[in-house]
Amino acid sequence: MTRTIRIGAGAGFAGDRIEPAVELAEHGALDYLGFECLAERTIALAQGEKLKDPQAGFDPLLVARMAAVLRPCAANGVRIITSMGAANPEAAARATAAVARRLGLPGLRIAAVTGDDVLARVRDGDHALLERPGRVADLGARLRSANAYLGVAGIVAALRGGADVVITGRVADPALFLAPMVHEFGWAMDDWPRLGQGTVVGHLLECAGQLTGGYFADPGYKDVPGLARLGFPLAEVAADGSAVLTKVAGSGGRITRASCKEQLLYELLDPAAYLQPDVIADFSAVRLEECGPDRIAVAGGTGRARPATLKVSVGYLDSYVGEGQISYAGPGAVARGRLALDIVRERLRLTGVAAEETRFELIGVDSVHKGPVYKEPGHDVEPAEVRIRVAGRTTTMEEAVRIGREVETLYTNGPAGGGGVRKEARSVIGVVSTLLDRALAEPAVQYEVA
Amino acid sequence: MRLRELAHARAGDKGDTSQISVIAHDEADYAHLAAHVTAERVAAHFAAIAQGPVRRYELPALGALNFVLEGALGGGVTRSLALDAHGKCLGAVLLELDIPAPNRHR
Repeated sequence: MTRTIRIGAGAGFAGDRIEPAVELAEHGALDYLGFECLAERTIALAQGEKLKDPQAGFDPLLVARMAAVLRPCAANGVRIITSMGAANPEAAARATAAVARRLGLPGLRIAAVTGDDVLARVRDGDHALLERPGRVADLGARLRSANAYLGVAGIVAALRGGADVVITGRVADPALFLAPMVHEFGWAMDDWPRLGQGTVVGHLLECAGQLTGGYFADPGYKDVPGLARLGFPLAEVAADGSAVLTKVAGSGGRITRASCKEQLLYELLDPAAYLQPDVIADFSAVRLEECGPDRIAVAGGTGRARPATLKVSVGYLDSYVGEGQISYAGPGAVARGRLALDIVRERLRLTGVAAEETRFELIGVDSVHKGPVYKEPGHDVEPAEVRIRVAGRTTTMEEAVRIGREVETLYTNGPAGGGGVRKEARSVIGVVSTLLDRALAEPAVQYEVA
Repeated sequence: MRLRELAHARAGDKGDTSQISVIAHDEADYAHLAAHVTAERVAAHFAAIAQGPVRRYELPALGALNFVLEGALGGGVTRSLALDAHGKCLGAVLLELDIPAPNRHR
């Protein structure tokens, strides 16, 4: 008998909708539910929270998500795997246990997978940056975090240890979904073709709704029904890693070869060399076949030996950014907007705001495009309204604040009819990378029982 | 005709690199797309945005092309001053590209 496992995707990013995961937990007949919630610089920001409060530093929506899904998952035997631990998986596990107790689910076993935090390892020594010349050590006091992209090992150990919920910090996104395949099917960690095909399935699932018609609709060209109640995807995975991608019947969205193609190639550079901690996956011969309504079979992914080193994401205090916006409408809106930009440009010079990089743009005209302005055929008319935007990078918060203020003073000093000023100033956590010997980032698992 | 009539696109990001897939609505148009949507055309289209080279990967089995644009995201998603720091809008921007109609469309 051919056994398959059913793995759902409950979130595609930290701020994602909560109800689609509940729908999957209740009606997806799942074995596993994965939540990918960790953007590139999230950990660097969360590290700051943890420094202020040792019980903080995990995903701010963790409690809300767990409160919504723990009961249906416990009732249906669905195990949860998530990167919501951010900078503090142990505290996230304790918070999840507290939710379980409150819901009357005693005995729920929650694993925290750590080992990704390698700040102490890369702070000193000769760890070259990948994106630019220099070493991690050169970032000095601006260094905030360094986390290795871990593979499946820690998650698999936690599943073997009987965890109902596995909470990680930084792991490669597809590993959240590859781990249950390795665990259930007993794949060897040098079975590169299967790890490669499993990575294809994990990659397709990791952005949740982006597979089932989210981020896809283009009216008249690619229509998608029911986006307000989009169903998130699940994969029925066979022991060889081939899978059928589908969603809960009756949910919104649609899953087609076209939607799967867009997600397969999403964030991929060389399709034949998708670098992961556990494998170099090869997507170049992947096949997608429709095998029923909202059912797409995926096979043909493969892989070769994993990279020698792990990628480490390094967060550091980069700079400050100040920004201001104001709207102009009616006849001459574009001309008044351009005048406003000229005025702010001169004001920043007159008042000595030292911005190392700036943008002066008209939202609705050239904020995305830059360069020559594209006009839709048959729409060679001026926009009826524009919003100007000035943004600048500074070395101090004080100067960043002054950029937004100069936009604000357009109210009484600028062109006629400006309205709706918004301004902000923020510190910018930048992210760069380095490589690390994988022996220096071994995963560890701790359990919390509700 | 505009590329939009023959293909759809999705943009993703990796550091300072933008990645844009171009996927034929009808796989029969793949060869036509491969002939006309070249790395050079894409680099010229994004000349004001992308600082670095543009590479193209071909996926005939999917009827798709994958473009990798280095230096296109204002120094990287985390520090970019752009309103759309991820360059997520760039996929649709590429669909503006003007290409000849394939024979069956003439």
